Amino acid sequence: MNPETAKYTTTIETTDNSAVIQVRDLYKAFGENKVLSGFNFDLKRGENVVVLGKSGSGKSVLIKCIIGLMQVDKGMINVLGNDVPKLNTTDLDKMRAKVGFLFQSNALYDSMTVRENLEFPLRRHWIKTSKEEVNDLVMEVLTNVGLPHTVDMMPSELSGGMRKRIALARTLILKPDIILYDEPTTGLDPITGKEISNLMVDIQKKYNTSSVIISHDLNCVKIVANRVVMLIDGICYATGTYEELELSTDKKVKQFFE
Amino acid sequence: MIKNIFIEVGLIARFTGRFFREVFKPRFEFSEFLRQCYYIGNKSLPLVAITAFIMGLVITIQSRPTLVEFGAQAWLPKMVSVSLVREIAPVITALICAGKIGSGIGAELGSMKVTEQIDAMDVSGTNPYKFLVVTRVMSTTLMIPILAILADAVSLYGGYLGANIRGVVSWDLYWNQVFDTLVFGDVVPSIIKTFFFGFAIGIIGCYKGFNSNKGTEGVGQSANSAVVVSSLLVFIIDLLAVQITDILNLN
Repeated sequence: MNPETAKYTTTIETTDNSAVIQVRDLYKAFGENKVLSGFNFDLKRGENVVVLGKSGSGKSVLIKCIIGLMQVDKGMINVLGNDVPKLNTTDLDKMRAKVGFLFQSNALYDSMTVRENLEFPLRRHWIKTSKEEVNDLVMEVLTNVGLPHTVDMMPSELSGGMRKRIALARTLILKPDIILYDEPTTGLDPITGKEISNLMVDIQKKYNTSSVIISHDLNCVKIVANRVVMLIDGICYATGTYEELELSTDKKVKQFFE
Repeated sequence: MIKNIFIEVGLIARFTGRFFREVFKPRFEFSEFLRQCYYIGNKSLPLVAITAFIMGLVITIQSRPTLVEFGAQAWLPKMVSVSLVREIAPVITALICAGKIGSGIGAELGSMKVTEQIDAMDVSGTNPYKFLVVTRVMSTTLMIPILAILADAVSLYGGYLGANIRGVVSWDLYWNQVFDTLVFGDVVPSIIKTFFFGFAIGIIGCYKGFNSNKGTEGVGQSANSAVVVSSLLVFIIDLLAVQITDILNLN
């Protein structure tokens, strides 16, 4: 597997109509630090793609550009038919209602209970449902992440793994088409990390979502990835299944799996 | 160093400009505004009241010997009321609020920033500037004048007790002298300047918190510099206010 192979793969995918995210020639720099230098990437419907790369290689920047939290310097990002860099605030909000984002630090609102945290995206995206329906939705997602008893607890009362599950529940409450995971198992012990990884796979099956997962936890990658994209030197250096990349002879790819 | 100060002033001015652009545009975060009014106003009330009471008491006790020396003991309520209402109560209230509210806002928004809660709001279809900054700045701008008025009343009551520790001043005489002394030019400019104090405290706290970085260390720095800068601004605004009232012959 080498850069040429990777380029060839993404060119094929451009013609695929089932892609829910398309990223083309994406450039992003912070001063002199060029993080993304012509990155190409596609996510197909129902697929779990892991973006693997070193710390500081621009993985989080990539998904923040996809969700519109960061402005791109150059390039095209198409999410569910929306050209993200060109969207106005209203259209960006509409697009974000269909795309969930699980933050690395969970980003649960400290001043709100679990219920209020889960209700927040519903209220903010103007989704008009009755009190009973909102309550049913809250309980449904909490049950799906295995924590229905935490509904009236504060985030500070929860363990790291529980917070991650609640953050995932908050992402799920809008029933998104796509979920972007930013290092979902970082800071968790191996057992909890494995539980979260399995939960991500269950969620994908249950909600029929497509996911981009940023991670360098190989155990997590092994469980969740249908395909792995290697972000090295700001480009999509290689792509393939976990097993394919594990057997790669390319030096830069190989060092991740050693 | 000087260049950095100018850059900081420019960034604060830009942040303030954004406030005026956002404040009149829907969506209006009314419930969050009321929640902040409750936290900023109600929760600060005991501290402001105790401080104002002590200041009124202390100023009266300390002024008395000098006035006795000149045989002007009867002027005590007049002198104390003017100094409390014009200067001491508003400035003390603003400084207390800069310490309590300014640092609270700086730390809260700072920790929200470093734990990506502000980004999470953005993703949840919420303009974080409107939800977090506009509501807090509006609340401080509205609540600090109300707290200052309450501080005026409590400090004057403290002054009444202070006047009665060594001497005897009846309730009616004290308040008659106070209200005879205080005129439009004493009360209104001092209340108007507290709106500016409140605005400065809110905007600096939010600016420092919103631009927090460097993890938990940055949160501490945000809270700390929010207090320092907003306290300094309170004195600068006070200085400008006294110049303006002087020009308008209200002193």
